[in-house]
Amino acid sequence: MAEILVLVEQVDGEVKKVTLELLTLARSLGSPSAVWAGPGYSADAKARLAEYGADKVYVADSAEIADYVVAPKAELLAQLVGSAAPGAVLVAATAEGKEIAGRLAVKTGSGVITDAVGLGEGFVADQSIFGGGVNVHSRVTRGTPIVAVRPNSTAPVATAGAGAEEQVTVALSDSARAAKIVERVKQEKGARPELAEAAIVVSGGRGVGSAENFALIEKLADTLGAAVGASRAATDAGWYPHQFQVGQTGKTVSPQLYIAAGISGAIQHRAGMQTAKTIVAINKDSEAPIFELADYGIVGDLFKVVPQLTEEIEKRK
Amino acid sequence: MNIVVCVKQVPDTATERKLRSDDKTLDRDAADGVINELCEYAVEEALRVKEAHGGEVTVLTMGPSKATETIRKALAMGADKAVHLVDDALHGSDALATSYAMAQALKKIGFDLVILGSESTDARTGLLAAMLAERLGAPQLTLANKVELSGQSITIQRLTDYGYDKVESTLPAVVSVVEKINEPRYPSFKGIMAAKKKQVQTLGIADAEIDAAQVGLAGAWSEVVDFAAAPPRAAGTIVKDEGDGGSRAAEYLASKKFI
Ligand SMILES: Cc1cc2nc3c(=O)[nH]c(=O)nc-3n(C[C@H](O)[C@H](O)[C@H](O)COP(=O)(O)OP(=O)(O)OC[C@H]3O[C@@H](n4cnc5c(N)ncnc54)[C@H](O)[C@@H]3O)c2cc1C
Repeated sequence: MAEILVLVEQVDGEVKKVTLELLTLARSLGSPSAVWAGPGYSADAKARLAEYGADKVYVADSAEIADYVVAPKAELLAQLVGSAAPGAVLVAATAEGKEIAGRLAVKTGSGVITDAVGLGEGFVADQSIFGGGVNVHSRVTRGTPIVAVRPNSTAPVATAGAGAEEQVTVALSDSARAAKIVERVKQEKGARPELAEAAIVVSGGRGVGSAENFALIEKLADTLGAAVGASRAATDAGWYPHQFQVGQTGKTVSPQLYIAAGISGAIQHRAGMQTAKTIVAINKDSEAPIFELADYGIVGDLFKVVPQLTEEIEKRK
Repeated sequence: MNIVVCVKQVPDTATERKLRSDDKTLDRDAADGVINELCEYAVEEALRVKEAHGGEVTVLTMGPSKATETIRKALAMGADKAVHLVDDALHGSDALATSYAMAQALKKIGFDLVILGSESTDARTGLLAAMLAERLGAPQLTLANKVELSGQSITIQRLTDYGYDKVESTLPAVVSVVEKINEPRYPSFKGIMAAKKKQVQTLGIADAEIDAAQVGLAGAWSEVVDFAAAPPRAAGTIVKDEGDGGSRAAEYLASKKFI
């Protein structure tokens, strides 16, 4: 069975859900090997990776790997592609994950596919392009397939793997040390799940009206354990930070449930949320295009509907 | 300072976009071509760097002859001159092939700073800037929402999930920008007139020393196996709020086991 490398995504040593999804996917295609890149590795992390099917865990936990932009992780993976000759390399299709994939593709002379929402036999990937309008099957034709898979493409399923640990040292080149991260600035908005990974996303748009009013959206999100998103109209107005923008020039999300409040549903917004499994829209204009997508829509004032919805959910808990 | 800004012509996102049935590449004739939105932010940033630190802004685009419209737009905004990498052999190039061809052209032009949009609205791979940094051996300063130069050093704020990272390097460097970095200017009438007289150099693959076997459809590292229009979503239930809209929505969510 071919070895499949899966680059681990982690925050402060905690393995992210998308990695468990990628391990689940890798298991259907071969023998998953998790690749830990950067500080924060622990026995707990290893146990988690093995629980979801990692037969091997490559550990490169020197601090230096996280001190520079993207290039060190690409060098580490390139080294492993050379030594392990894997069948494929999977990374999460986050902005950074795709950049790692891109550099790795150049280094190894391999094709790369981004934003896969599924991956099958022969590493044929499913993609949804043009804002969800067209479904494509694609595959890599040269080198080792490198595939960036979108979060929420597969449900993570625990199935124990052998979890054999192997320490890896990587001697970083000078060019991998060229762009140094000198400071990390956290502007987090509460302890919510990460937008790209969240099972439920509640987004607000121009209809929300102000930064203060976003508290309504946050409250609904918190009762559902959801992430908060925003339309570009809301981020442009400075009501919510840019990293929460959903759409063409923001994040692409595929949650189980997407709730859009005060969002018209412009094509550029739809490009970022069209693949959500269930869509609920709250908008006072019955002609708003978001209703074309909605599985359930409420024509009404969000300042009445959202608080009532929040309260009802609280009651039912 | 020699600033090169890479721009791309893309089909207008407001129109229906298609793949061609013959070779499964983007159908560039089916929709109007416009400058990729994030490229306007890249041009703006290039102009601001020039205004603050001096130098020259060269526009580089790879694309069919029709892409000259996009070049003119960037020149009308204020860029000084342009290089158009255009060759039938480039048709169908994937991200790897494109980055190779662009890197070859950039080596020919020479640069202190390369600026790009972080993603194009057609393929949306977000790969090109990282690939160029890799191929050129230059620092990767991508996803910038702020750029500051001081002598030979450059600092950016790189957009992350939690906020941003402050990243430093020396020049030459490759920068990609996100949309909150600036507000692109509109070309003035004077700018549009002046753009008509600015120099646009065309480069074929031989001029840029690009190996034909590494580009185009035949040289691609990946392929589209097949494609089809996505089935439309089933029509949903739309209700009017009669004072109970929130409760009814909660009922719906409960019926779907979300609560
Ligand atoms: C190249 C390009 C890229 C873009 N990228 C993105 C992107 O990444 N993400 C994105 O979101 N947009 C993007 N846009 C912008 C997009 O075209 C829209 O302008 C934007 O999505 C509109 O945001 P909105 O729906 O919040 O605002 P609007 O379109 O103004 O809609 C506001 C809605 O709120 C409703 N409303 C108002 N008050 C209330 C109330 N009290 N109760 C209920 N409903 C109310 C209104 O009926 C209206 O439907 C992009 C545009 C371009 C050209």
